[in-house]
Amino acid sequence: MSRNSVASMRWRSEMIDDMILSLSGDQDDVHVLAVDDSLVDRKVIERLLKISSCKVTAVDSGIRALEFLGLDGEKRTSGDGLDSLKVDLIITDYCMPEMTGYELLKKIKQSSTFREIPVVIMSSENIMARIDRCLEEGAEDFIVKPVKLSDVKRIRDYMATRDIRARKDEEGSNFNKREVTP
Amino acid sequence: MEVGQMQRTWVEYIKSLFREGFLDSQFSQLQLLQDESNPDFVVEVVTLFFQDSERLLNDLTRVLEFPNVDFKKVDAHVHQLKGSSSSIGAQRVKNSCIRFRMFCEERNIDGCLKCLQQLKEEYYTVKNRLEALIRLEQQIVAAGGSIPIEELTF
Repeated sequence: MSRNSVASMRWRSEMIDDMILSLSGDQDDVHVLAVDDSLVDRKVIERLLKISSCKVTAVDSGIRALEFLGLDGEKRTSGDGLDSLKVDLIITDYCMPEMTGYELLKKIKQSSTFREIPVVIMSSENIMARIDRCLEEGAEDFIVKPVKLSDVKRIRDYMATRDIRARKDEEGSNFNKREVTP
Repeated sequence: MEVGQMQRTWVEYIKSLFREGFLDSQFSQLQLLQDESNPDFVVEVVTLFFQDSERLLNDLTRVLEFPNVDFKKVDAHVHQLKGSSSSIGAQRVKNSCIRFRMFCEERNIDGCLKCLQQLKEEYYTVKNRLEALIRLEQQIVAAGGSIPIEELTF
């Protein structure tokens, strides 16, 4: 082998090691997709989430959110899986032009791929009928704006216990499998 | 002026802003989000608020100049301004927006024009106050001090 190809192989394997380190370091981080048409609110929600140890992708519309998730019906070449990191939670404003948070919620719950992702709705209007409708459609929680640290902490705690519950379920089903196989 | 004096001035000034209703507890929330890793967070959000608000006030002025006022558009703009002012804790601006929306609902053009005037006054007043607050903060930091957020107890 020439010296060049050995050097390039070592560089590539170091790069892969770095990638593995960074990906495994991120495994416990919750990745939140935040949707809000207000620039001010996007900045605030992004900081609220980051200070609560979440990774954040902030977009300005429901349409962009669907694009990010790959739900917009656009054909994509396979193999660019690293481009859109797995989303663990979606938090969206209710009142947005073109597509409301409620319409976005419905689209997500209609998708077999994404319906399990918890969706939280934010709204400046504390209207009972609106809250009920969102919860009925499958929203996990409803936050009345302005969003505070305590609101984000509540969500973060929910995500942490959801993680623990999921792992317990996994352990439980593995245990059962062991008993069943002869 | 030495740092301690500047810090005391800052505390008195921001307390007065809360007392007079220019700011509410949401502004304190923003301050909690500022730390060594994000030392300019409040200034950045407030700056965005200024840019956003001035754009909306211009849009409102234009829409209300038309002979056939599109009240839906007026309401949409005011709703946006209500949202952003609420998010940064600019209480008086937010309250002006709430009153404004009532006149929109009534399709009361005179009421809307008066509200727009009031809204502009409230906005420019809080803008002046916040800019003064930020200048004080910059002076404290430049003199090697820190902003005494812990002094604010409510």
